[in-house]
Amino acid sequence: MVKFENKEALESYIQELQATAQSPDKGLISLCSGPGCIIHNSDKIRDTLTEEMGKHGIADKYEIRLTGCHGYCEQGPIMVIDPGGIFYPKVELENIPEIVEKTLVNNEPAEKLLFKNPATKKRVVREEDVPFYKLQTRSIFGKNRLIDPNSIDNYLAVGGYQSLAKALFEMKPKEIIAEIKNANLRGRGGGGFPAAIKWDSCSRHKGPKYVICNADEGDPGAYMDRGLLEGNPHLIIEGMLIGAFAMGSHDGYVYVRHEYPLAVANLAKAIDHAKQYGLLGENILGSGFDFDLHISKGGGAFVCGESTALMASLEGKPGRPRAKYIHTSEKGFRDSPSNLNNVETWANVPLIIDKGAQWYASMGTEYSKGTKIFSLVGKVVNTGLVEVPMGTTLREIIFDIGGGIPKKKQFKAVQTGGPSGGCIPEQFLDTPVDFDELTKLGSIMGSGGMIVMDQDTCMVDVARYFIEFLVDESCGQCNPCREGLKQMMAVLSRICEGNGKKGDIELLEELGTMMQKFSLCGLGTSAPNPVLTTILYFRDEYEAHIYDKKCPAGVCKPLFYYEIDEEACNGCTLCAKKCPQEAISGEKKEPHEIDQENCIKCGICYDICKFDAIAIR
Amino acid sequence: MAYNNDIDWEKLDDIIDEYNSDKESLLMILQDINELYNYVPPETIPVLAQKLNVPKSMIYSVATFYKTISLEPRGKYIINVCTGTACHVRGAEKIIDAVHDNLQIDTGQTTQDSLFTLETVRCLGCCAAGPVFTVNKNMHGGLDRSSALNIIDDYKKNAS
Ligand SMILES: Cc1cc2nc3c(=O)[nH]c(=O)nc-3n(C[C@H](O)[C@H](O)[C@H](O)COP(=O)(O)O)c2cc1C
Ligand code: SF4
Ligand code: SF4
Ligand code: SF4
Ligand code: FES
Ligand code: FES
Repeated sequence: MVKFENKEALESYIQELQATAQSPDKGLISLCSGPGCIIHNSDKIRDTLTEEMGKHGIADKYEIRLTGCHGYCEQGPIMVIDPGGIFYPKVELENIPEIVEKTLVNNEPAEKLLFKNPATKKRVVREEDVPFYKLQTRSIFGKNRLIDPNSIDNYLAVGGYQSLAKALFEMKPKEIIAEIKNANLRGRGGGGFPAAIKWDSCSRHKGPKYVICNADEGDPGAYMDRGLLEGNPHLIIEGMLIGAFAMGSHDGYVYVRHEYPLAVANLAKAIDHAKQYGLLGENILGSGFDFDLHISKGGGAFVCGESTALMASLEGKPGRPRAKYIHTSEKGFRDSPSNLNNVETWANVPLIIDKGAQWYASMGTEYSKGTKIFSLVGKVVNTGLVEVPMGTTLREIIFDIGGGIPKKKQFKAVQTGGPSGGCIPEQFLDTPVDFDELTKLGSIMGSGGMIVMDQDTCMVDVARYFIEFLVDESCGQCNPCREGLKQMMAVLSRICEGNGKKGDIELLEELGTMMQKFSLCGLGTSAPNPVLTTILYFRDEYEAHIYDKKCPAGVCKPLFYYEIDEEACNGCTLCAKKCPQEAISGEKKEPHEIDQENCIKCGICYDICKFDAIAIR
Repeated sequence: MAYNNDIDWEKLDDIIDEYNSDKESLLMILQDINELYNYVPPETIPVLAQKLNVPKSMIYSVATFYKTISLEPRGKYIINVCTGTACHVRGAEKIIDAVHDNLQIDTGQTTQDSLFTLETVRCLGCCAAGPVFTVNKNMHGGLDRSSALNIIDDYKKNAS
């Protein structure tokens, strides 16, 4: 059992680890077992792999490492084999013998199992040449694939905790804060508030203080923080340690969303390991600095992501926000000075300390520095976690990295910033993404949710979806938000049901402006954004619902019906076979017909017809 | 207070002890109880109030504020359909409709035979596989109406 008494002990241990890691006699099979890959049985793949390797007598030549999310979830389960970084996407159990024989025994790629670049139709051997990764700058997320989250040694081997050592022994707390300031690190939780301002303010207060990590990740459709915390928990611990030292705090909390049990488990283990190694607890690395870290689990309330609500929840109370006349950096958790940052914000800290503010600030735009991780999801070919320098355009993210829209459908909008954000239409695809540019469009960059929508998405329905979410999640303590949301919900529902009235759009705008001005916390002030941006950019869709009683995208059930286009239908009978209502009839090779009485508008026929013969009317 | 045979009072004490009877840990204590019984039996509340030295009203206030805590018994299998935005645009609503049609329960309800409870959750972090749901701790992805119903049938068969 190692316990580092000083900086030198840590450094020599890291050197040893790195020497073994580079040893040519041992290869590494990195197998993603993040949330997107585990659903495809990545654990069974490991067992089969072990078995096959045993058959060839090479079980000890390769280490199989189960890691957190690699980012390219669309292609899961993902396996990368070193040396060489050979990339195998969508690995299936029956592929294992071939991979073992070709790659592990004969040192050659299994050609047919390699990734096929859809643009060039050529096979790609190495992970770094896969277009999805090639266009990214993965300075934070890229380490995930080298790390078994339950192994502190894996983290040390990539240089982990060296920034902590540097901060503790070579820098003064003030210098750390100055470094964070010069890097212009802005909060990744959505607000983009400069971290150094909060740190500085917190550091000036006396008495017990707390550093807190916001891992509540409530934005529905975003999982960057999960990917980081679950895949690389020591990175967050190290960031928090550095912050705590800079601010003079000895106690920290990580507030994790209840739906992320694996993140909790991995973090708990990481905390234990860090304590054993003398990297957490008393007299860290012999520096005299003490810091303890605890985990607290949320209860599935979105509003608890808000800073004051989160602190109330940490105290074991209902998570209701309070007005911020007094900042939490002065009076927060337990009425003590508290500094809250998002998971990804903390993850940036060790990097800045390691490489310096100047290096860091060379990435990004004038006022938004570094990289940002996005959760690219929805109607996009390459679903996954994408890390790019701030200032990368929406088009680059969605089309170059994301591969565009599947099934040859049309791009319609991208929703950014979750329930506090908005929908951005096609004409703004060349906007560089950073904190300020998306705000100008009425949306926000937010914490990094990026939901791509195609022609089959109804924008009124999307607005209703977010308002419904927020009605559920509003804590209800202030009128503008509680009642405003209810009224918006009523108006949007009647529009989607075909009972929209003249003046409804204006009413929504009026309600929205009122809520923006008078709500108590950020939930209420930003709640109208999804409605207001869809009105701004897709007013014609609202009008179609209200005046023509039509849902052009074919989502709002009372406002459309499916009809088979006689010209396009070749009578393949597929739809008739699949219709759960047996509502489709027709002779083979003859145009089919839908019995509107029996059709429940489930959309199965629309999705499966290969000849685009099912039309929305 | 009526003595309830179904409640393992010793286990309850263990949970409370694990958190050193700390009232700041109330939410996590409730969550552990919720996990143990699939809900928080109301009989446990006066005991908790006494041991943590907080008013009962505070416990109800916390238990009703947080969605993950249920004060009513739930089914053996809890179907949690993801209605996060990514799953929503990929047709999560159709999955809920399918479950609803098949089991005749709305979101938040439990079947008569206490086998299934239908709940929703916003994003499980498997957006690439969406629409997804979990049945207890098992994840199922790439769902459509028929695959969702097949999965539910499997659980029905398992239970009988
Ligand atoms: C309703 C609401 C929900 C929020 N949810 C989150 C969240 O899930 N995760 C997060 O990091 N920040 C969330 N925030 C932002 C936090 O209030 C806070 O600004 C942030 O955690 C500060 O850290 P940062 O400066 O590092 O971003 C939310 C804010 C509001 C108003
Ligand atoms: S704005 Fe909404 S969530 Fe925020 S305090 Fe008011 S009611 Fe609660
Ligand atoms: S699937 Fe399409 S082409 Fe085939 S019968 Fe149905 S409508 Fe016609
Ligand atoms: S929408 Fe569904 S019910 Fe209606 S015709 Fe198509 S498959 Fe049948
Ligand atoms: S979970 Fe495996 S790549 Fe994301
Ligand atoms: S939105 Fe359903 S898993 Fe992310």
